[in-house]
Amino acid sequence: MADKTIQRFKRNMQENAFLFQQLVNRDFTQRYKRTVLGIAWSVLSPMFQLLVMMIVFSRLFGRGMEHYVIYLFSGNIAFNYFSESTTSGMQSLMNNAGILSKINVPKYLFVLSQNVSALINYIITILLFFVFCLADGVQLTPAILTLWYPIVCFVIMNVGIGMVLSALFIFFRDIQYLYRIALTLISYLSVIFYTIDSFSPAAQRLFLLNPIYANIKFWRLVVLEQTVPSLSYHLLLAFYAVLFLGFGAFFYKKYNHRFVYYF
Amino acid sequence: MSAIECEDVSIRYITGDFKSIGLKEFVMRKLTHNFKVNEFWADRHVTFTIEPGDMLGIIGSNGAGKSTLLKAVAGIMIPTGGTIKVNGKVAALLELGSGFDPQMTVKENTYLRGAMLGYTKEFLDDKYGEIIAFAELEDFEGYMFKQLSSGMQSRLAFSIACLVDPDILILDEVLSVGDGAFRTKSGNKMKEILSGGTTGVLVSHSIEQVRELCNKILWLDHGHQIAFTEEVGLYCDAYEEFLITRELPAGDEDVRRLAENYFNRMKDERKRREQAEVERLQRVIEQGDSEEAVLAAIKVLQKSRPEALSAEYAG
Repeated sequence: MADKTIQRFKRNMQENAFLFQQLVNRDFTQRYKRTVLGIAWSVLSPMFQLLVMMIVFSRLFGRGMEHYVIYLFSGNIAFNYFSESTTSGMQSLMNNAGILSKINVPKYLFVLSQNVSALINYIITILLFFVFCLADGVQLTPAILTLWYPIVCFVIMNVGIGMVLSALFIFFRDIQYLYRIALTLISYLSVIFYTIDSFSPAAQRLFLLNPIYANIKFWRLVVLEQTVPSLSYHLLLAFYAVLFLGFGAFFYKKYNHRFVYYF
Repeated sequence: MSAIECEDVSIRYITGDFKSIGLKEFVMRKLTHNFKVNEFWADRHVTFTIEPGDMLGIIGSNGAGKSTLLKAVAGIMIPTGGTIKVNGKVAALLELGSGFDPQMTVKENTYLRGAMLGYTKEFLDDKYGEIIAFAELEDFEGYMFKQLSSGMQSRLAFSIACLVDPDILILDEVLSVGDGAFRTKSGNKMKEILSGGTTGVLVSHSIEQVRELCNKILWLDHGHQIAFTEEVGLYCDAYEEFLITRELPAGDEDVRRLAENYFNRMKDERKRREQAEVERLQRVIEQGDSEEAVLAAIKVLQKSRPEALSAEYAG
């Protein structure tokens, strides 16, 4: 059955490739509509955010730490991407209720297209991140070639989470407030601006239960410690990706016919 | 192969569940065992079949379940019970103007909507000029959708949906779009599409339109199927009688009776109107003092009392 679902998904994607392209185009241009600086905000907003965090946190946590800016930045971009893609994914179905209740199109395309435009943003900030690495004198080794892996896993996971949230958002509007609170909590648990070196190795491992931290940790191992993370890191990220996508797909498949009653 | 086969279709809405009360209330009521939902059947046991090239008119007063049925045919809703088989590419026009992006230009919206209806870029590149020309929006291509008047918006929606040549076209109360000229044009376009073998489903409150365009009729009332028939004229008469007396037919015989009542009503109506017209004219002649009234009076006399006129006017 999973096989048949995947077959249908493939056929749908082929048939709707043009629609999907149109949607991505729309979502991405809408993001910067009526702004003076337009797409430059993709670069400027993470930079300003980083600047603020640096001013606040470098005295508190970063003392004596080498490349604290890069440490901070690597956590920040991952979390920003996570929060942006899941939040916009959450709202994607509801925002297009007018279309979805009048035209028969695969609804997940709308979740995916929001994810793609968040991904484009993410990639821009990743490029900015490497510029910062060079400026800060971080040595970039061939190990960075493995970074496609956490990116792909992260995208898959976020799509899955976006699917669950978008469905929940249709049934319970309250979820947007709950999720905002959850995001704050997740951001503190993701070890973005502090370090957990002083914890015992067992406690440090507990943090890996947070998939966002697992992803950030992968990046830091590659960029700051110039190593290729072990196989278990790879498997962990794959596990999170499959878990959330599976859950999202299950949830979507089970409930998507009922969405239209709630728009 | 039939174009649309609806077999015993029922569609249920649920009201009063957590969608309308929110999470907190939902949890509270669940906990106190106070949670109950109301169900509402928009359609019950609807069965009909139409063949390629048919034009089905769905009639019924407000809340009869027409739009819900169309949504099920368009694939937007899954029926709670029964099955719907649709063979061919469907373009559904349910509520014009919705589903457009107000911030995007006419051109972008045309492509987006075309893509949603399942057409390729090449196809739209090819048809774009025609769509804009038909909607008469040549001067507005670069405008944002929200800057168009509502008539223009509907015209664009209509043009996209019918110029892209679907197998099955579903129209929910949309043929009354735009000004008179455009209405004539869209009606003609509709006829042209249908004669080309496209199957149509039309919901309209204009019975005249249904009479003119449809060859089959589905009559719904509060979700129940009153009739599915090819006798368009007869059932339209019965339906119009129903609109006046609110009396639903109980069977075939009853339909005939209603239609006859309507026919008689119309005859009376016509007679009364003629009578009123005659009276009006009589008054004009009796009381009129203009040259026209005098001439008309003379004409009447020439016809019925020529002896009353002097030789000069006797004709």
